Amino acid sequence: MDNDRETLIEIEGLYQIFGPSAKDVLPKVKAGASKEDILAETGHTIGLQDINLNVKRGEIFVIMGLSGSGKSTLIRHFNRLIDPTAGKIKVDGENIMELSAKELITFRRHKMAMVFQHFGLMPHRCVLDNVGYGLLIKGEKRAEWAPKAVSWLDTVGLAGYEDQYPSQLSGGQQQRVGLARALCTDAEILLMDEAFSALDPLIRSEMQEQLMELQENLHKTIIFITHDLDEALRLGDRIAVLKDGKLVQVGTPVDIVLNPADDYVRAFAKDVNRSRALSVHTILTPNTDKVEGDTAGEVRNDFPQGEDYTFVFNKEGYQGVLTKQQLDQLEDEAPLKDVLHHVESISQTSLLQAVIPVCCLNTHFDLPVINKKGELKGRLEPQKLASVLTP
Amino acid sequence: MIDSSWLTEFPDMSRRDLLAIRQTLDGAYRTFSRTYGDSIENFFDPLLHFLVWFENLLIQTPWWIVLIAIIGLVYAATRSWKLCAGVLASFLVIGYFGMWEDTMRTLSIITVCTILSICIGIPIGILMAGSDRARSIITPLLDIMQTMPAFVYLIPVVMLLGIGRIPGVIAVVIYAIPPVIRLTNLGIRLVNQETLEAAKAYGATPTQRLFGVQIPLAMPTIMAGINQTIMMALAMVVVASMIGVKGLGQPVLKSITNQYFTLGLLNGLAIVALAIIFDRVSQSYAKRAQKHLGGTDNG
Repeated sequence: MDNDRETLIEIEGLYQIFGPSAKDVLPKVKAGASKEDILAETGHTIGLQDINLNVKRGEIFVIMGLSGSGKSTLIRHFNRLIDPTAGKIKVDGENIMELSAKELITFRRHKMAMVFQHFGLMPHRCVLDNVGYGLLIKGEKRAEWAPKAVSWLDTVGLAGYEDQYPSQLSGGQQQRVGLARALCTDAEILLMDEAFSALDPLIRSEMQEQLMELQENLHKTIIFITHDLDEALRLGDRIAVLKDGKLVQVGTPVDIVLNPADDYVRAFAKDVNRSRALSVHTILTPNTDKVEGDTAGEVRNDFPQGEDYTFVFNKEGYQGVLTKQQLDQLEDEAPLKDVLHHVESISQTSLLQAVIPVCCLNTHFDLPVINKKGELKGRLEPQKLASVLTP
Repeated sequence: MIDSSWLTEFPDMSRRDLLAIRQTLDGAYRTFSRTYGDSIENFFDPLLHFLVWFENLLIQTPWWIVLIAIIGLVYAATRSWKLCAGVLASFLVIGYFGMWEDTMRTLSIITVCTILSICIGIPIGILMAGSDRARSIITPLLDIMQTMPAFVYLIPVVMLLGIGRIPGVIAVVIYAIPPVIRLTNLGIRLVNQETLEAAKAYGATPTQRLFGVQIPLAMPTIMAGINQTIMMALAMVVVASMIGVKGLGQPVLKSITNQYFTLGLLNGLAIVALAIIFDRVSQSYAKRAQKHLGGTDNG
């Protein structure tokens, strides 16, 4: 979406081959031998081949693939839980393959946090100790991290559960603890390995919602692994599709749905209910022109050049749509209230299906997209909505 | 004639050669024990002093103080009055039948052997869990320790240290230590990989992973190993009494040679009572300490 963001993580020429003499097999793989041939000839399994990707600061980067595609292997390379057979992994310009064991530990403590599919909580520690685990092992005193852990627990909606043990919580609650543990370390990068896959559908969409709300304030860089395209489309700023250890396509959700790179991605995209999978922020136009004020005089000078209409805000937030024509007919003191067109605003986290009725009710204007705080984030063009929804 | 005899009889080595081998080995060991016997005995001296001190402590303290202390320990470990009552009743019956002193002797040697086994066994188990090579070396040794008849390794120990408490302790430890080693190794290897990965991902050092995750999560299995070790140590009491370890084993030995059925039965039952007490107390302590370790994925 925003191409101007700087690159935070860079992966170059990454290969992962499983077997006793992986390095010897590497040249054959590089020469293009197929997965089956390599397995038959050498008994080695190719996990990942020739992965090149960039993750930008502050984006949610989704890696999608079916089981066996290598996605969980790939995410474990970001913090070197698995070492690649060949390739470079750069985080913030630093090649983490060159880190010593000690530097690697420091790197993991400060740069990245991880959320696991089956939560990976410590059953012998209470919820509070689990949330503070990342800080505890850094050697921080309990008195320092405990308030922080409590406030993160509160943020994920588990206030009051501090003294419970993981086995006393439901799956959804356990994953909230996992999320709070990851956020509590203040790491810039969040690795989420099928974080919501083990949860039932209702809890899953609740967690997705929560993650997007959190992300709006936190602006973390999130690498999210999933096998579910609906989830990928809903969360991702960009999506990488992985098949048999190879990257098939990297693009925005709209790209994946509208311009699938090959039959594999097409087959995936075909079954997607686009109106339920894509959220408003994936197709919004990031144009935040608006005017603020209650009378014509206050807004006259701010009216965007060359536009026929604009969105009007006052201290209470979004008020409606004002056309250039109407503004020109008004005196400076005239209140805007009476002439505004009442066009409903939409939330950037809403699914497209929720905004279809709003779009049907007005055909003249783009819809203003606002966030939870009532700030304008952009606009939704009805034509774009229509083109995205047309298979 | 001579050439075809190998078909009917196994072509074994000549008796003279075998004798030579035995004499050489026995001689070498005898020289070894004469040269180093004293220094090895000195090495074990602190242990012997501790053993004697602990035994005297249990025997010379008035019986009711010892009993109160034992019940106190049982309650602290299990928080169960029912179990305490059972332990109290067992010890009262044992004392009433005149086996108090022998029971205290056995109790002291079992306690020392168990502590020794744990102190040596758990680090070895950790080492085994951490390295496949260590495991491939240690596993056959454990097999030998468990299957070799105890009398066989009693011979060199007795030759080296004479009869008494120390050889007894060594024999018991050799026999009883394998379960705690095996189950420590198993427990650590079975720790949930994702939990371990989580610790790693958040930057835990190997030491933090070992003491913060692996050992706590392996604890139920390790406790099962300790429990087995205690049981096996008790089973060795009679054998150990053959090399001069005093306690409940000696009356049993006496009743075997003299065919005193009742004496044997009573002392045997006392050993069984001790075993059950150790078993129930350690298990219920383990259960209480690990009540949160149950499945974490009940969502």
